[in-house]
Amino acid sequence: MNFLAGIGRAVLSLLAEIGRLASFTARSIAALVSPPIYSRLIGQQIMRIGYFSLPVVGLTAFFTGGALALQIYLGGNRYGAEAIVPQIVVLGITRELGPVIAGLMVAGRVAAAIAAEIGTMKVTEQIDALTTLATNPIKYLVVPRLVAAVVTMPILVAIADSIGVFGGYVVATQSLGFTGSIYLKNTMDFATRQDITSGLIKAAVFGFVIALMGCYNGFNSKGGAQGVGRATTSAVVSASILILAANYILTSVLFNK
Amino acid sequence: MTAKIQLIGVKKSFGSKQVLNGIDLTIEKGSSLVVIGGSGTGKSVMIKCVLGIITPDEGTILVDGQDVTHLRGSAREPVMKKFGMLFQGGALFDSLPVWENVAFGLIQGRGMKRSIARDVAIRSLAKVGLPEDVAFLSPAELSGGMQKRVGLARAIAVDPEIIFFDEPTTGLDPIMADIINSLIASTVKDVGATALSITHDMASARKISDHIAMLYAGKIIWTGPTSQIDNSGNPYVDQFIHGRAEGPIKMAVKA
Repeated sequence: MNFLAGIGRAVLSLLAEIGRLASFTARSIAALVSPPIYSRLIGQQIMRIGYFSLPVVGLTAFFTGGALALQIYLGGNRYGAEAIVPQIVVLGITRELGPVIAGLMVAGRVAAAIAAEIGTMKVTEQIDALTTLATNPIKYLVVPRLVAAVVTMPILVAIADSIGVFGGYVVATQSLGFTGSIYLKNTMDFATRQDITSGLIKAAVFGFVIALMGCYNGFNSKGGAQGVGRATTSAVVSASILILAANYILTSVLFNK
Repeated sequence: MTAKIQLIGVKKSFGSKQVLNGIDLTIEKGSSLVVIGGSGTGKSVMIKCVLGIITPDEGTILVDGQDVTHLRGSAREPVMKKFGMLFQGGALFDSLPVWENVAFGLIQGRGMKRSIARDVAIRSLAKVGLPEDVAFLSPAELSGGMQKRVGLARAIAVDPEIIFFDEPTTGLDPIMADIINSLIASTVKDVGATALSITHDMASARKISDHIAMLYAGKIIWTGPTSQIDNSGNPYVDQFIHGRAEGPIKMAVKA
């Protein structure tokens, strides 16, 4: 009986959490489409979320592209299909690895920072102070972060795609014996517009998820420093899981023949 | 006298814990009322209900005769523009310099130009005894007393009709507490505002109020002029104002 009660409690608590998240998302979207728009804050968040994530996203994309080229060469070698490296690298990077790797890296960097900042504001009553100063906290804190993440993630992923392909190019030409011009020609000829746009659509969705989970967990943090720590961890874990789940759903929708 | 704020039968519980159990309280226009009571008696919950940060389960809250109990979003904005608030810990925005904290309500709430708002903020800081160079510091660079002063400057910068003070002297040494109390008393008089404060510091309550109400077990058990507090005839009030361990009030160990 205790076991069943435990399961019941867990299910109820999960449903309550989903309800709270859905309500927070609806309030955020409603705030997104109503004035005032804090363009100055959006600009600041674009710098924090987008510009300052460039080094980490660029580095991971470069090494991922290089490792991918190496693996495809070794795998293709078993069937005498080594020449397919540029095609598979560009496909893998633009469709999957570019957006997912960038999404996960930005989730680790940005969702944590957002949750910690908003969580600290919550426990030090700064969010209540916003309300008393006739400022809607959702509009002031959540909307600029959502807009900035949705706008900058596709740009970050476009850059990650280019650097990832370049990583594959460097490995292929420097250690696998490919000719540079042929590698690039095969890459350009094979990649389609849909390969690239599907990755950019995914990136925008991942940006929304990252900012939303950072803000939601920050807004719901309580109990001082420990609560802020818990909110930060939850933000990164939940954003990462949701990115991977959304990636699967988007792949099946975008490539459903 | 007309009622500026009125609470009628306000109730609020969190889970099974009944925090406010039917609060009835009237604050007259231009008066300064302090609600006293022990820690965990629901003083902060009461003030947050008036501010609209917490929604009561039952009861009515009137501001200038208007029912604001369930007003939210843009409908609440005109009411919020009447309020100024000094938080217990200051609640200054640590990502903004001092002057922007003080000018926040003017820039974001009222759309004032930043350059004009900065001048207003510097004048507000001067009213609480802070020099102009403090305006460009970060809140983290200020002492506790200075943070309270900045919080007070922020509360009065928007020229509010009603100012709320949440434990204004908590965490301050006795001299700084007295300075802040004097500042509160004089600034409230200067701006001609109505003040609602909560505190458990009797020295503060006596200095900044003209009326005192005592909150106990979720209800207002006594209210009257500050001059009458020593002759209230209420054993709960007597125990509290003299800080005695023995008496009808039994302190809860857990919140």
